[in-house]
Amino acid sequence: MSRSSWTTPLPPATDLPVLLPPAARLAHSAAAERAAGTFSLRLQPVHGVMALVLFLVGCAVAEAQAKAGDPSVLATIWKWMPLLLRGFLFNLAISAIAMALGTVAGMLLGFAQISLLPPVRKGAWLATHFFRNAPWLVLLFYCMFLLPFQVTVFGVTIPIPDWIKATFGLSLPVMANVSEIVRGAVQSIPTTQWESAASLAFTRRQTVWMIILPQCIKRMLPPWMNLYAILTMATVLASIVGVNEMMTLTRQALSAENRPGLLLAFYSHVLFWFFLYCYPIARWTVRLEAKYAVPH
Amino acid sequence: MESFWDWFRWLHEATGINLTIFYDPFDRGRFVSGFLTTVKLSAVCIVLSVLIGVVGAWLQGSRLRITRHVIYWYIQFFRNTPPLVQLYFFYFGIGSLLKGADVSGIPVPLISNVAWAIVSLSFFAGAFNVEIFRSGVEAVPTTTIEAAESLGFSRLRTYLFIVLPLAFRICLPALNNNLVNLVKTTTLAYAIAVPEMLYVSSQIWSDELNVPVMMNVLLVCYIALVGALVWVMHRWERAIRVPGFGA
Repeated sequence: MSRSSWTTPLPPATDLPVLLPPAARLAHSAAAERAAGTFSLRLQPVHGVMALVLFLVGCAVAEAQAKAGDPSVLATIWKWMPLLLRGFLFNLAISAIAMALGTVAGMLLGFAQISLLPPVRKGAWLATHFFRNAPWLVLLFYCMFLLPFQVTVFGVTIPIPDWIKATFGLSLPVMANVSEIVRGAVQSIPTTQWESAASLAFTRRQTVWMIILPQCIKRMLPPWMNLYAILTMATVLASIVGVNEMMTLTRQALSAENRPGLLLAFYSHVLFWFFLYCYPIARWTVRLEAKYAVPH
Repeated sequence: MESFWDWFRWLHEATGINLTIFYDPFDRGRFVSGFLTTVKLSAVCIVLSVLIGVVGAWLQGSRLRITRHVIYWYIQFFRNTPPLVQLYFFYFGIGSLLKGADVSGIPVPLISNVAWAIVSLSFFAGAFNVEIFRSGVEAVPTTTIEAAESLGFSRLRTYLFIVLPLAFRICLPALNNNLVNLVKTTTLAYAIAVPEMLYVSSQIWSDELNVPVMMNVLLVCYIALVGALVWVMHRWERAIRVPGFGA
């Protein structure tokens, strides 16, 4: 910590100059994590390379263990590829629908959390923390077992396939986290914005819609996208409850092949597809975070 | 006590709310053991992951390049892959390689599924803890360490008695986020048949066919467990926070 010359300015004062900058960084990221309810995903190209290396090692292992007459590993994976990719699309569909449902419900819950009516505010707070504290897998089980397999509306029977139920199950924790993101973003807007809106005779609804929300969107976007990337990774949980997504199909393909050597190659292949999808989202999130960062 | 349990039998007959975990001694034993398994699994993983964090952060400050690289790749691997994949990797990948044989020659795994769940979850949370402790250690001013050195503290003793207590207070909020997340992640042990609360409940509801009731019991139990942890940790956080630091 030596300054090159006396002309370089002193570093800006912190509220606690005794501790070095990492302390403030840690406190900031902990607060952000608490608002988003999830850790932040920081994918880098090196992680894709790692998945690829793991895949190649897996291929080598499988080739080494292959018996005479076994087809090559790459040919085996290529054979299963259409099925596995259909499973992956299923994962993406589940994540997209769960995110859409969770976002809509979470926005409503988040605005209920800043309501002026105490019962609404307290109820929304309770619901948010209820679903935030419940493990994702338990909520998934809850929806899988308790939603009916079909509903009858006006004599028309609509079946509910299990992947829809899994989607509902995943959208519940998303809802709670979005609710907290909304509340955090609204609270981060300076009080002066509310006061100046009031002085210009905006009603509360107008203030929220025309002044507060447009400013919140920028702050909500990075944690919201991070949540989406984490949700996409969490869709493999649906394999535990028997939805035919990529992980389940991989397991079925492996048992159909009945060659234990293929394990690493197949699973690292799954990992690679997830990396390919989540990496751009994670990078974009980091860029938006830097762009919208409020200078201290 | 018996009349208390019998009240639930009456509740079942009167309302159809079938809480077998109260009036049926077998189910009660199963559920209590499941609950205790979850608590023990969480406690052991919390302790181990914090230890991994402390040791890892110390090793990251090592002079040896190779140690720093090992820790770096460890963090990268465990931080960026889903915990379910890690669990499968340990249990099916490594666990299937470590096979012993019992007296009659039947292959048995050397390491049980509970042990694999502990290893896997501790490494998962430990990777985050290393990063958290590292930031905390970096935040301790060099002058403090120099002062310790001038008083004749060795590198290890400086770390244990000067840097760590200060770093811990800075780390605690971030650490709490991670530990709460860890307790929620213990449900994944269901996937490798560890008899924790979720697994035991699924056994009970398939035997007794009281799915909705058990689901609600399960949800309430988890929320109570996580809620208690959050509450205690927040109290502790407030008690030992560095004055004037953070919000």
